[in-house]
Amino acid sequence: MEVITLQVNGRSVSVPAPITAAQLIQQLELSGKRVALERNGEIVPKSLFTQQGLEDGDRVEIVVAVGGG
Amino acid sequence: MMDKSDELVIAGKAYGSRLLVGTGKYKDFAETKTAIEASGAQIVTVAIRRTNIGQNPDEPNLLEAISPSKYTILPNTAGCYSAQDAVRTLRLARELLDGHALVKLEVLGDPRSLYPNVVETLEASRTLVKEGFQVMVYTSDDPIIAKQLEDIGCVAIMPLASLIGSGMGILNPWNLQIIIENAKVPVLVDAGVGTASDAAIAMELGCDGVLMNTAIAAAKDPVRMATAMRKAVEAGRDAYLAGRMPKKLYSATPSSPVSGVIAPVQDKAA
Repeated sequence: MEVITLQVNGRSVSVPAPITAAQLIQQLELSGKRVALERNGEIVPKSLFTQQGLEDGDRVEIVVAVGGG
Repeated sequence: MMDKSDELVIAGKAYGSRLLVGTGKYKDFAETKTAIEASGAQIVTVAIRRTNIGQNPDEPNLLEAISPSKYTILPNTAGCYSAQDAVRTLRLARELLDGHALVKLEVLGDPRSLYPNVVETLEASRTLVKEGFQVMVYTSDDPIIAKQLEDIGCVAIMPLASLIGSGMGILNPWNLQIIIENAKVPVLVDAGVGTASDAAIAMELGCDGVLMNTAIAAAKDPVRMATAMRKAVEAGRDAYLAGRMPKKLYSATPSSPVSGVIAPVQDKAA
């Protein structure tokens, strides 16, 4: 099984390939949470999470809403 | 009692409350929720941040305490120092909030003062307006920049009263007044309010609303301060609409009648 490394929120995360955005979210135990995801600076719409493949070296940002003014 | 005819209209949507509040710096979500309820605010700001990877997946979520079905959630770009980062943050926010277009743009210029970088703010505004965002924009109290942001298509102009988190109150009421006079979109004071009188003064100047976070969250009793701010914004708004009496050094007309005062006691010996 091939393993690729992603930069997720600035941290190196090794995952089995191939992997979609939805699978990454599941692996990070974020399923069902209200999150948004960006891949290499581009938004990945929620509706495309199950189709969007991730590649070795991808920079992924996963965000939530937090307290702020 | 809220006057129906005096609603705050932002991007075509009417709000009964003219107080907008942030959700930062509270002890916990329970306090956040109670304070926001006490404030009467309908528009509530949130920040967008990286989720903790691999730490406590059952951590409570802010949007469970402050439900988007009950409040208009206003995602901000706090912490962004470039137009590009601010735009990316709000694209993520729009995705996070299911296509919600109303956002608060702030691009900071300096981590110490948190003073806005108006050059980057103008650039980000142009991009966001083009992409269909409804931009409520935090800016300095420069009337020219405020007008330019309005011309770009921002739906509300939000000049600072003083620096973010400073609680210094309204330091330049004259600039605010010029901005208010020139603007055809709502003008809200954002940042710098320290206590209830600051909020009342902003509203008396003719601001359409006030946005605050620290003044409530950093009070000893945030829930009570939230109540105070609600009353102050309402009082200031009413005073503005009522139209204050002119200031003058002497009053030629006392409040009580000048005639009918009882006669002075006469000295019988005279």
